Amino acid sequence: MSDVSKVTVRQRSALGRVRGMGSAKQGSHHWWVQRISSMALLPLMLWFVISVASLAGHSYADTILWIGHPFNATLLLLTIAIGFQHTASGLQVVIEDYVADEMSRMAAVLAVKAACTLFGVLAALAVLKIAV
Amino acid sequence: MATFTLPKNSTIGAGKTFKAEPGAKNVKSFKIYRFDPDTGENPRYDTYEIDLDKCGPMVLDALIKIKNEVDTTLTFRRSCREGICGSCSMNIDGMNTLACLKPIEDVKKDVRITPLPHMPVVKDLVPDLTHIYAQLRSIEPWLKSDTPPPPDEERRQSKEERAKLDGLWECILCFCCSTACPSYWWNGDRYLGPAVLLQAYRWIADSRDEYTGERLDNLEDPFRLYRCHTIMNCAATCPKGLNPAQAIGEIKKLMVERQG
Repeated sequence: MSDVSKVTVRQRSALGRVRGMGSAKQGSHHWWVQRISSMALLPLMLWFVISVASLAGHSYADTILWIGHPFNATLLLLTIAIGFQHTASGLQVVIEDYVADEMSRMAAVLAVKAACTLFGVLAALAVLKIAV
Repeated sequence: MATFTLPKNSTIGAGKTFKAEPGAKNVKSFKIYRFDPDTGENPRYDTYEIDLDKCGPMVLDALIKIKNEVDTTLTFRRSCREGICGSCSMNIDGMNTLACLKPIEDVKKDVRITPLPHMPVVKDLVPDLTHIYAQLRSIEPWLKSDTPPPPDEERRQSKEERAKLDGLWECILCFCCSTACPSYWWNGDRYLGPAVLLQAYRWIADSRDEYTGERLDNLEDPFRLYRCHTIMNCAATCPKGLNPAQAIGEIKKLMVERQG
Protein backbone atom coordinates (compact mmCIF):
# COMPACT_ATOMS: atom_id res chain seq x y z
CA MET A 1 0.00 0.00 0.00
CA SER A 2 1.37 3.41 -0.90
CA ASP A 3 2.13 6.00 1.77
CA VAL A 4 -0.48 8.33 0.32
CA SER A 5 -3.40 6.22 1.53
CA LYS A 6 -1.90 5.94 5.03
CA VAL A 7 -1.40 9.68 5.40
CA THR A 8 -4.84 10.67 4.14
CA VAL A 9 -6.79 7.91 5.84
CA ARG A 10 -8.15 10.14 8.62
CA GLN A 11 -9.50 12.89 6.44
CA ARG A 12 -10.80 10.66 3.71
CA SER A 13 -14.54 9.97 3.70
CA ALA A 14 -15.80 6.53 4.71
CA LEU A 15 -17.01 5.89 1.16
CA GLY A 16 -13.66 6.98 -0.27
CA ARG A 17 -11.89 4.51 1.97
CA VAL A 18 -14.25 1.67 1.04
CA ARG A 19 -13.96 2.32 -2.69
CA GLY A 20 -10.20 2.64 -2.22
CA MET A 21 -8.31 1.72 -5.37
CA GLY A 22 -11.32 -0.09 -6.82
CA SER A 23 -11.77 -3.81 -7.28
CA ALA A 24 -8.78 -5.95 -8.28
CA LYS A 25 -10.85 -7.34 -11.22
CA GLN A 26 -9.54 -10.79 -10.35
CA GLY A 27 -9.99 -13.47 -7.77
CA SER A 28 -12.64 -15.65 -9.40
CA HIS A 29 -10.03 -17.59 -11.40
CA HIS A 30 -8.08 -18.34 -8.21
CA TRP A 31 -11.27 -19.46 -6.48
CA TRP A 32 -12.43 -21.60 -9.40
CA VAL A 33 -9.04 -23.30 -9.88
CA GLN A 34 -9.07 -24.16 -6.18
CA ARG A 35 -12.46 -25.92 -6.57
CA ILE A 36 -11.34 -27.76 -9.73
CA SER A 37 -8.01 -28.87 -8.25
CA SER A 38 -9.70 -30.16 -5.11
CA MET A 39 -12.04 -32.22 -7.27
CA ALA A 40 -9.11 -33.60 -9.27
CA LEU A 41 -7.21 -34.42 -6.08
CA LEU A 42 -10.06 -36.55 -4.70
CA PRO A 43 -9.47 -39.54 -7.03
CA LEU A 44 -5.72 -38.84 -7.32
CA MET A 45 -5.08 -38.88 -3.57
CA LEU A 46 -7.31 -41.94 -3.14
CA TRP A 47 -5.26 -43.76 -5.81
CA PHE A 48 -1.99 -42.51 -4.31
CA VAL A 49 -2.75 -43.61 -0.75
CA ILE A 50 -4.07 -47.04 -1.79
CA SER A 51 -1.06 -47.60 -4.09
CA VAL A 52 1.54 -46.58 -1.52
CA ALA A 53 -0.17 -48.71 1.14
CA SER A 54 -0.18 -51.74 -1.16
CA LEU A 55 3.55 -51.20 -1.83
CA ALA A 56 4.31 -51.72 1.85
CA GLY A 57 6.61 -54.72 2.32
CA HIS A 58 7.69 -54.74 -1.32
CA SER A 59 11.37 -54.48 -2.20
CA TYR A 60 13.18 -51.31 -3.38
CA ALA A 61 13.46 -52.75 -6.89
CA ASP A 62 9.71 -53.50 -7.02
CA THR A 63 8.93 -49.95 -5.95
CA ILE A 64 11.23 -48.49 -8.61
CA LEU A 65 9.53 -50.69 -11.20
CA TRP A 66 6.09 -49.52 -10.01
CA ILE A 67 7.07 -45.81 -10.21
CA GLY A 68 8.65 -46.36 -13.62
CA HIS A 69 5.45 -47.71 -15.16
CA PRO A 70 4.13 -44.99 -17.53
CA PHE A 71 0.63 -45.09 -16.02
CA ASN A 72 1.89 -44.75 -12.45
CA ALA A 73 4.48 -42.11 -13.36
CA THR A 74 1.84 -40.03 -15.16
CA LEU A 75 -0.57 -40.16 -12.22
CA LEU A 76 2.27 -39.39 -9.80
CA LEU A 77 3.29 -36.32 -11.81
CA LEU A 78 -0.32 -35.14 -11.91
CA THR A 79 -0.68 -35.66 -8.15
CA ILE A 80 2.52 -33.70 -7.53
CA ALA A 81 1.63 -30.84 -9.86
CA ILE A 82 -1.99 -30.43 -8.78
CA GLY A 83 -1.19 -31.19 -5.12
CA PHE A 84 1.48 -28.53 -4.76
CA GLN A 85 -0.53 -26.02 -6.79
CA HIS A 86 -3.55 -26.61 -4.54
CA THR A 87 -1.42 -26.37 -1.38
CA ALA A 88 0.11 -23.07 -2.47
CA SER A 89 -3.22 -21.51 -3.38
CA GLY A 90 -4.84 -22.77 -0.17
CA LEU A 91 -2.06 -21.42 2.03
CA GLN A 92 -2.24 -18.13 0.15
CA VAL A 93 -5.88 -17.78 1.23
CA VAL A 94 -4.99 -18.53 4.85
CA ILE A 95 -2.21 -15.93 4.79
CA GLU A 96 -4.47 -13.33 3.20
CA ASP A 97 -7.00 -14.02 5.95
CA TYR A 98 -4.68 -13.57 8.90
CA VAL A 99 -1.67 -11.48 7.90
CA ALA A 100 -2.89 -7.91 7.86
CA ASP A 101 0.35 -6.08 7.10
CA GLU A 102 0.69 -5.59 3.35
CA MET A 103 4.44 -6.25 3.09
CA SER A 104 4.46 -9.30 5.41
CA ARG A 105 1.48 -10.71 3.53
CA MET A 106 3.18 -10.41 0.16
CA ALA A 107 6.43 -11.85 1.57
CA ALA A 108 4.63 -14.81 3.16
CA VAL A 109 2.63 -15.58 0.01
CA LEU A 110 5.77 -15.45 -2.15
CA ALA A 111 7.67 -17.67 0.32
CA VAL A 112 4.88 -20.27 0.28
CA LYS A 113 4.75 -20.23 -3.52
CA ALA A 114 8.53 -20.56 -3.74
CA ALA A 115 8.59 -23.50 -1.32
CA CYS A 116 5.75 -25.30 -3.10
CA THR A 117 7.41 -24.76 -6.49
CA LEU A 118 10.74 -26.00 -5.15
CA PHE A 119 9.36 -29.16 -3.57
CA GLY A 120 7.03 -29.77 -6.51
CA VAL A 121 9.82 -29.61 -9.10
CA LEU A 122 12.05 -31.73 -6.85
CA ALA A 123 9.36 -34.40 -6.50
CA ALA A 124 8.57 -34.35 -10.23
CA LEU A 125 12.25 -34.67 -11.12
CA ALA A 126 12.58 -37.67 -8.80
CA VAL A 127 9.72 -39.42 -10.60
CA LEU A 128 11.07 -38.50 -14.05
CA LYS A 129 14.55 -39.74 -13.15
CA ILE A 130 13.10 -43.16 -12.41
CA ALA A 131 10.54 -43.26 -15.20
CA VAL A 132 12.50 -41.83 -18.13
CA MET B 1 -1.51 -10.39 12.16
CA ALA B 2 -5.18 -10.37 12.84
CA THR B 3 -5.81 -9.35 16.46
CA PHE B 4 -7.22 -12.29 18.38
CA THR B 5 -7.26 -10.76 21.87
CA LEU B 6 -8.90 -7.62 23.16
CA PRO B 7 -6.59 -4.60 23.41
CA LYS B 8 -5.89 -3.50 27.03
CA ASN B 9 -8.33 -0.61 26.92
CA SER B 10 -11.12 -2.97 25.81
CA THR B 11 -10.92 -5.67 28.48
CA ILE B 12 -14.17 -5.82 30.37
CA GLY B 13 -14.22 -5.33 34.13
CA ALA B 14 -16.88 -5.95 36.75
CA GLY B 15 -19.42 -3.18 37.25
CA LYS B 16 -22.30 -2.26 39.50
CA THR B 17 -25.21 -4.46 40.49
CA PHE B 18 -28.72 -3.07 40.57
CA LYS B 19 -30.76 -5.26 42.93
CA ALA B 20 -34.36 -6.21 42.22
CA GLU B 21 -37.07 -4.56 44.31
CA PRO B 22 -37.71 -6.40 47.58
CA GLY B 23 -40.54 -8.89 47.20
CA ALA B 24 -39.82 -9.66 43.56
CA LYS B 25 -40.39 -13.39 42.96
CA ASN B 26 -39.45 -14.00 39.32
CA VAL B 27 -35.99 -12.39 39.14
CA LYS B 28 -33.65 -12.61 36.17
CA SER B 29 -30.18 -11.05 35.98
CA PHE B 30 -29.12 -9.06 32.94
CA LYS B 31 -25.36 -8.59 32.60
CA ILE B 32 -24.98 -5.71 30.21
CA TYR B 33 -21.84 -4.31 28.58
CA ARG B 34 -21.29 -0.69 29.54
CA PHE B 35 -18.82 1.68 27.93
CA ASP B 36 -18.67 5.43 28.12
CA PRO B 37 -15.96 7.03 25.94
CA ASP B 38 -16.13 10.25 27.99
CA THR B 39 -14.87 8.66 31.22
CA GLY B 40 -11.78 7.04 29.72
CA GLU B 41 -12.48 3.93 31.80
CA ASN B 42 -12.46 0.37 30.52
CA PRO B 43 -15.81 -1.20 29.67
CA ARG B 44 -17.61 -3.16 32.40
CA TYR B 45 -20.54 -5.50 32.92
CA ASP B 46 -23.33 -3.97 34.99
CA THR B 47 -25.84 -6.40 36.46
CA TYR B 48 -29.52 -5.53 36.54
CA GLU B 49 -31.94 -7.77 38.43
CA ILE B 50 -35.35 -7.55 36.81
CA ASP B 51 -38.68 -8.85 38.07
CA LEU B 52 -39.98 -10.71 35.02
CA ASP B 53 -43.53 -10.58 36.41
CA LYS B 54 -43.43 -6.84 35.75
CA CYS B 55 -41.64 -6.99 32.40
CA GLY B 56 -42.58 -7.79 28.80
CA PRO B 57 -41.45 -11.09 27.26
CA MET B 58 -38.59 -9.94 25.01
CA VAL B 59 -35.05 -8.86 25.84
CA LEU B 60 -35.83 -5.42 24.42
CA ASP B 61 -38.70 -5.09 26.90
CA ALA B 62 -36.21 -5.64 29.70
CA LEU B 63 -33.75 -3.10 28.23
CA ILE B 64 -36.50 -0.49 27.94
CA LYS B 65 -37.64 -1.26 31.51
CA ILE B 66 -34.07 -0.79 32.76
CA LYS B 67 -33.70 2.50 30.92
CA ASN B 68 -37.08 3.81 32.12
CA GLU B 69 -37.03 2.59 35.70
CA VAL B 70 -33.53 1.60 36.83
CA ASP B 71 -30.69 3.31 34.98
CA THR B 72 -31.38 6.05 32.46
CA THR B 73 -27.74 6.11 31.34
CA LEU B 74 -28.03 2.72 29.58
CA THR B 75 -27.68 3.43 25.86
CA PHE B 76 -28.99 1.27 23.02
CA ARG B 77 -30.67 1.63 19.64
CA ARG B 78 -34.28 0.57 19.16
CA SER B 79 -37.23 1.67 17.15
CA CYS B 80 -39.99 -0.60 15.87
CA ARG B 81 -39.81 -3.34 18.57
CA GLU B 82 -41.15 -5.89 16.05
CA GLY B 83 -38.17 -7.06 14.00
CA ILE B 84 -38.54 -4.82 10.97
CA CYS B 85 -36.25 -1.83 11.60
CA GLY B 86 -33.05 -3.69 12.49
CA SER B 87 -32.01 -1.13 15.11
CA CYS B 88 -31.77 -3.30 18.23
CA SER B 89 -29.25 -5.83 16.88
CA MET B 90 -26.82 -6.88 19.60
CA ASN B 91 -25.14 -9.96 21.00
CA ILE B 92 -27.43 -11.74 23.45
CA ASP B 93 -26.29 -14.91 25.20
CA GLY B 94 -23.42 -15.29 22.73
CA MET B 95 -25.48 -14.91 19.57
CA ASN B 96 -26.10 -11.85 17.44
CA THR B 97 -29.80 -11.20 17.18
CA LEU B 98 -32.53 -8.57 17.53
CA ALA B 99 -33.39 -7.80 21.15
CA CYS B 100 -37.02 -7.31 20.15
CA LEU B 101 -37.32 -10.83 18.69
CA LYS B 102 -35.38 -12.64 21.42
CA PRO B 103 -37.62 -14.06 24.18
CA ILE B 104 -36.06 -13.71 27.64
CA GLU B 105 -37.20 -17.24 28.48
CA ASP B 106 -34.94 -18.62 25.72
CA VAL B 107 -31.91 -17.71 27.86
CA LYS B 108 -31.54 -20.26 30.61
CA LYS B 109 -29.02 -18.48 32.89
CA ASP B 110 -28.14 -14.80 33.25
CA VAL B 111 -28.80 -12.76 30.14
CA ARG B 112 -25.44 -11.46 28.93
CA ILE B 113 -25.71 -8.62 26.42
CA THR B 114 -22.84 -7.05 24.48
CA PRO B 115 -22.76 -4.84 21.38
CA LEU B 116 -22.33 -6.41 17.93
CA PRO B 117 -18.87 -8.04 17.98
CA HIS B 118 -15.70 -6.50 16.57
CA MET B 119 -17.17 -3.08 15.83
CA PRO B 120 -16.01 0.22 17.33
CA VAL B 121 -18.32 1.06 20.23
CA VAL B 122 -19.87 4.53 20.43
CA LYS B 123 -21.43 3.91 23.84
CA ASP B 124 -22.78 0.86 25.69
CA LEU B 125 -24.68 -1.24 23.14
CA VAL B 126 -24.34 1.21 20.26
CA PRO B 127 -21.73 0.20 17.65
CA ASP B 128 -20.29 2.60 15.09
CA LEU B 129 -21.77 1.56 11.73
CA THR B 130 -20.16 4.30 9.60
CA HIS B 131 -17.85 1.93 7.75
CA ILE B 132 -20.43 -0.77 7.06
CA TYR B 133 -22.92 1.85 5.81
CA ALA B 134 -20.21 3.14 3.46
CA GLN B 135 -19.69 -0.43 2.26
CA LEU B 136 -23.42 -0.71 1.60
CA ARG B 137 -23.33 2.60 -0.29
CA SER B 138 -20.40 1.31 -2.38
CA ILE B 139 -22.46 -1.51 -3.92
CA GLU B 140 -25.08 1.05 -5.00
CA PRO B 141 -28.17 -0.67 -3.58
CA TRP B 142 -30.72 0.84 -5.90
CA LEU B 143 -32.17 0.04 -9.32
CA LYS B 144 -29.85 1.11 -12.14
CA SER B 145 -31.39 1.07 -15.58
CA ASP B 146 -30.77 2.94 -18.83
CA THR B 147 -34.12 1.96 -20.30
CA PRO B 148 -36.72 4.46 -19.10
CA PRO B 149 -39.76 2.94 -17.40
CA PRO B 150 -42.84 2.56 -19.64
CA PRO B 151 -44.84 5.81 -19.57
CA ASP B 152 -47.35 5.87 -16.69
CA GLU B 153 -46.46 2.32 -15.78
CA GLU B 154 -44.21 0.43 -13.45
CA ARG B 155 -41.31 -1.73 -14.66
CA ARG B 156 -42.73 -5.18 -15.20
CA GLN B 157 -41.40 -8.39 -13.75
CA SER B 158 -42.67 -11.93 -14.29
CA LYS B 159 -43.65 -13.97 -11.26
CA GLU B 160 -40.54 -16.12 -11.80
CA GLU B 161 -38.28 -13.05 -11.96
CA ARG B 162 -39.84 -11.66 -8.82
CA ALA B 163 -39.45 -14.99 -7.03
CA LYS B 164 -35.66 -14.70 -7.40
CA LEU B 165 -35.71 -11.84 -4.90
CA ASP B 166 -37.33 -13.94 -2.18
CA GLY B 167 -34.89 -14.54 0.64
CA LEU B 168 -33.09 -11.31 -0.31
CA TRP B 169 -35.58 -8.45 0.00
CA GLU B 170 -36.43 -9.46 3.58
CA CYS B 171 -33.01 -8.30 4.85
CA ILE B 172 -33.43 -5.40 7.28
CA LEU B 173 -29.72 -4.47 7.48
CA CYS B 174 -29.29 -5.19 11.17
CA PHE B 175 -25.73 -6.47 10.41
CA CYS B 176 -26.02 -9.42 12.80
CA CYS B 177 -24.50 -11.57 10.05
CA SER B 178 -21.52 -9.40 9.08
CA THR B 179 -20.49 -8.91 12.70
CA ALA B 180 -20.77 -12.68 13.32
CA CYS B 181 -18.38 -13.47 10.45
CA PRO B 182 -14.73 -14.18 11.40
CA SER B 183 -13.63 -13.16 7.93
CA TYR B 184 -15.34 -9.82 8.45
CA TRP B 185 -13.64 -9.50 11.86
CA TRP B 186 -10.16 -9.98 10.41
CA ASN B 187 -10.60 -8.20 7.09
CA GLY B 188 -13.66 -5.98 7.49
CA ASP B 189 -11.75 -3.01 6.13
CA ARG B 190 -11.82 -4.57 2.64
CA TYR B 191 -14.15 -7.59 2.82
CA LEU B 192 -17.72 -6.41 2.25
CA GLY B 193 -19.25 -9.02 4.56
CA PRO B 194 -22.41 -11.12 4.27
CA ALA B 195 -24.99 -8.35 4.77
CA VAL B 196 -23.58 -6.09 2.06
CA LEU B 197 -22.93 -8.99 -0.33
CA LEU B 198 -26.51 -10.22 0.12
CA GLN B 199 -27.66 -6.70 -0.78
CA ALA B 200 -25.31 -6.71 -3.78
CA TYR B 201 -26.86 -9.99 -4.96
CA ARG B 202 -30.35 -8.61 -4.35
CA TRP B 203 -29.66 -6.10 -7.17
CA ILE B 204 -27.68 -8.54 -9.33
CA ALA B 205 -30.65 -10.92 -9.19
CA ASP B 206 -33.19 -8.20 -10.02
CA SER B 207 -34.46 -8.67 -13.58
CA ARG B 208 -35.20 -4.92 -13.87
CA ASP B 209 -31.60 -3.92 -13.20
CA GLU B 210 -29.35 -3.35 -16.23
CA TYR B 211 -25.98 -3.04 -14.49
CA THR B 212 -25.35 -6.68 -13.55
CA GLY B 213 -21.94 -6.73 -15.27
CA GLU B 214 -20.72 -3.55 -13.60
CA ARG B 215 -21.96 -4.85 -10.26
CA LEU B 216 -20.02 -8.09 -10.73
CA ASP B 217 -16.93 -6.14 -11.87
CA ASN B 218 -17.08 -4.14 -8.68
CA LEU B 219 -17.17 -7.30 -6.55
CA GLU B 220 -14.50 -9.27 -8.42
CA ASP B 221 -11.77 -8.89 -5.83
CA PRO B 222 -9.90 -11.30 -3.53
CA PHE B 223 -10.92 -9.21 -0.52
CA ARG B 224 -14.30 -7.68 -1.35
CA LEU B 225 -15.91 -11.03 -2.22
CA TYR B 226 -13.55 -13.97 -1.85
CA ARG B 227 -12.89 -13.62 1.88
CA CYS B 228 -16.11 -15.62 2.26
CA HIS B 229 -15.09 -19.17 3.14
CA THR B 230 -18.65 -20.45 3.69
CA ILE B 231 -18.24 -20.41 7.48
CA MET B 232 -22.04 -20.03 7.66
CA ASN B 233 -22.17 -18.00 10.89
CA CYS B 234 -24.19 -15.50 8.86
CA ALA B 235 -26.98 -17.96 8.12
CA ALA B 236 -26.92 -19.37 11.66
CA THR B 237 -27.34 -15.97 13.31
CA CYS B 238 -29.72 -14.15 10.92
CA PRO B 239 -32.77 -13.17 12.99
CA LYS B 240 -34.85 -13.11 9.81
CA GLY B 241 -33.85 -16.65 8.83
CA LEU B 242 -32.04 -15.59 5.64
CA ASN B 243 -28.97 -17.23 4.11
CA PRO B 244 -26.35 -14.65 3.06
CA ALA B 245 -23.79 -17.42 2.41
CA GLN B 246 -26.04 -18.80 -0.31
CA ALA B 247 -26.36 -15.37 -1.92
CA ILE B 248 -22.55 -15.06 -1.88
CA GLY B 249 -22.33 -18.53 -3.46
CA GLU B 250 -24.64 -17.35 -6.24
CA ILE B 251 -22.37 -14.36 -6.90
CA LYS B 252 -19.34 -16.67 -7.11
CA LYS B 253 -21.20 -18.91 -9.56
CA LEU B 254 -22.04 -15.91 -11.77
CA MET B 255 -18.37 -14.85 -11.71
CA VAL B 256 -17.42 -18.21 -13.24
CA GLU B 257 -20.44 -18.38 -15.52
CA ARG B 258 -19.70 -15.11 -17.26
CA GLN B 259 -16.22 -16.28 -18.20
CA GLY B 260 -17.15 -19.30 -20.26
